[in-house]
Amino acid sequence: MRLPALRMPALRRPTWREVGTEARLLLIGIPVLVWTLIPIYHMFLFAISPKQDAFAGKLWPDHPSLNNFRIVFNQQHYFLRDFWIQFWNSAVIALAVGALTLFVATAAAFAISRLRVPGGRWVMNLALFTYFIPAAFLAVPMYRTMGNYGLLNNHWSLILAMVTIASPYAIWVLKQASDKLPFELDEAAVMDGATTLQLFRLVYLPLMMPSMVAVGIYAILLAWNEYLYAFLLLSRDTELTLPVALGNFLAADDSPWELLMTTGFIYALPPAAIYYVFKRYMVGGLTAGAVKS
Amino acid sequence: MTTMTLSPGNAAVPRGPLWPRFTTPQVWGMVLLVPYVLVFLAFVVYPVGYGLWLARHPASYVALYNDPIFARAAVNTLIFLLVGINLKMLVALFLSGFFVQSRSWIRWLSVLFILPWAVPSIPTILSVRFMFNPEWGVVNNLIFKFTGEDGPNWLNDPSVALTMAILMHIWKSLPFWTLILMSGRLAISQDLFEAAEVDGASFWQKFRFVTWPSMQTLYLTCTLLSMIFTLGDFNSVYLLTGGGPADLTHVLATLGIRYIRLDRLDLAMASIVCALPLVLPLVYFMMKRLSR
Repeated sequence: MRLPALRMPALRRPTWREVGTEARLLLIGIPVLVWTLIPIYHMFLFAISPKQDAFAGKLWPDHPSLNNFRIVFNQQHYFLRDFWIQFWNSAVIALAVGALTLFVATAAAFAISRLRVPGGRWVMNLALFTYFIPAAFLAVPMYRTMGNYGLLNNHWSLILAMVTIASPYAIWVLKQASDKLPFELDEAAVMDGATTLQLFRLVYLPLMMPSMVAVGIYAILLAWNEYLYAFLLLSRDTELTLPVALGNFLAADDSPWELLMTTGFIYALPPAAIYYVFKRYMVGGLTAGAVKS
Repeated sequence: MTTMTLSPGNAAVPRGPLWPRFTTPQVWGMVLLVPYVLVFLAFVVYPVGYGLWLARHPASYVALYNDPIFARAAVNTLIFLLVGINLKMLVALFLSGFFVQSRSWIRWLSVLFILPWAVPSIPTILSVRFMFNPEWGVVNNLIFKFTGEDGPNWLNDPSVALTMAILMHIWKSLPFWTLILMSGRLAISQDLFEAAEVDGASFWQKFRFVTWPSMQTLYLTCTLLSMIFTLGDFNSVYLLTGGGPADLTHVLATLGIRYIRLDRLDLAMASIVCALPLVLPLVYFMMKRLSR
């Protein structure tokens, strides 16, 4: 007679108190769900609605179709004639920013945290200071600077600007993580005759992998999502990144909203997918480090 | 080589004639710092210096003082920070208490709740902008359906438009701060709550005497950090209202674009210099906290 005894807790009727608690939780949960999903659902609804359905104010279109996606993928509209090259630009710039930020930040974090280079603390503080300058404040002088360097309308201007913005936080996170590695490891490796570069490559990099994944993704998402700098630094249609192209839809009054929302939906998918796939790293590597209490 | 350790001050064998005072690892350390230092010099020091040089004329500040849009933007920024951020952090504090409840449906909800943070802001902001379009937007469509009257011209009223921009900002960044405050709540020892339960503490007393004392530092840090981030929030305002109507919803982050359009870079820089007395204390405080 063990089975019924085991089932007992599940069959127990909830008390009024428990029902009340659950109801109150639902009373919070349902508005939170609605608030969170409305803008995203609205975008999704436009993406799957034919033009005449999109504006009817219905919760679900009468004839849902993927026709909008076909139009976007085939670039069959004036606003979309450079869709694929803009998608490609966004991807290349994001990956370049990710790789360069990782390179710059890992080298700096290793030097500051493990090699205890003289002045390393200073560099760390300057980097932190940069992190706290609101990015929009640096945008105007950055725009002029890129003009002076002759880099305007060149992808390098956006890549370098985004590396500048991404690396302070990247260095800080990597330094926090590498401070936690035991110094005995380095000493043992040096005892065994490892050179500094071997120490970096064979001991440091493998141990830092999880934080580096987090930092690389942080930089990639930052670059993929960036609007302001891309808007300022690039201007030719075939050089733009997707967010700026989306913003340009607003230029005309008769913009095809359903196509704009479809393009926006496609643009939002990769970062959302990356975020959920690497959530473990993001939560462990970044939110814990973002605010130290 | 084998006798060398990494700690500075160790009597290591001096390497190389040019660097008699430094050990090999330290020389390598300096080499590895070079990429970041170059980035910093070329894209932080030079632009900031150049910007300050552009903003050197007192005439720029006089022009700024005489520009009603600047004063309006400063007020808008303060409203954005003081009302928007405090509202957001209070809601985040409340919701962090909701999301730490152990229910499977709340875990699923938290996965969806993070969506605004996980997706790029541009498409969702444009989606909201279309929702509130006076003629075609779904909101006014529904108002017309149920009341038979035309809805208001939402984004054409400066105070409504600014409120919407603040709500847009809250929508986007609420999940992030809720997540951080959740980690703060989860770090509190359960023993304390059990002890409070035994002593017959009410829900409010548990918050007042257990949760809040352990979270107040985190809460304050988050609020200040969020203020710094929000000062740079260009998208929520620019893509929703474009600074309009009649440039009345600009904030300091979007004002620079307006002055670039007017070809007055000196004013753009001067407006940022005017914001520094507000920004630098915040930055100083955050650096004190983070660089320990």
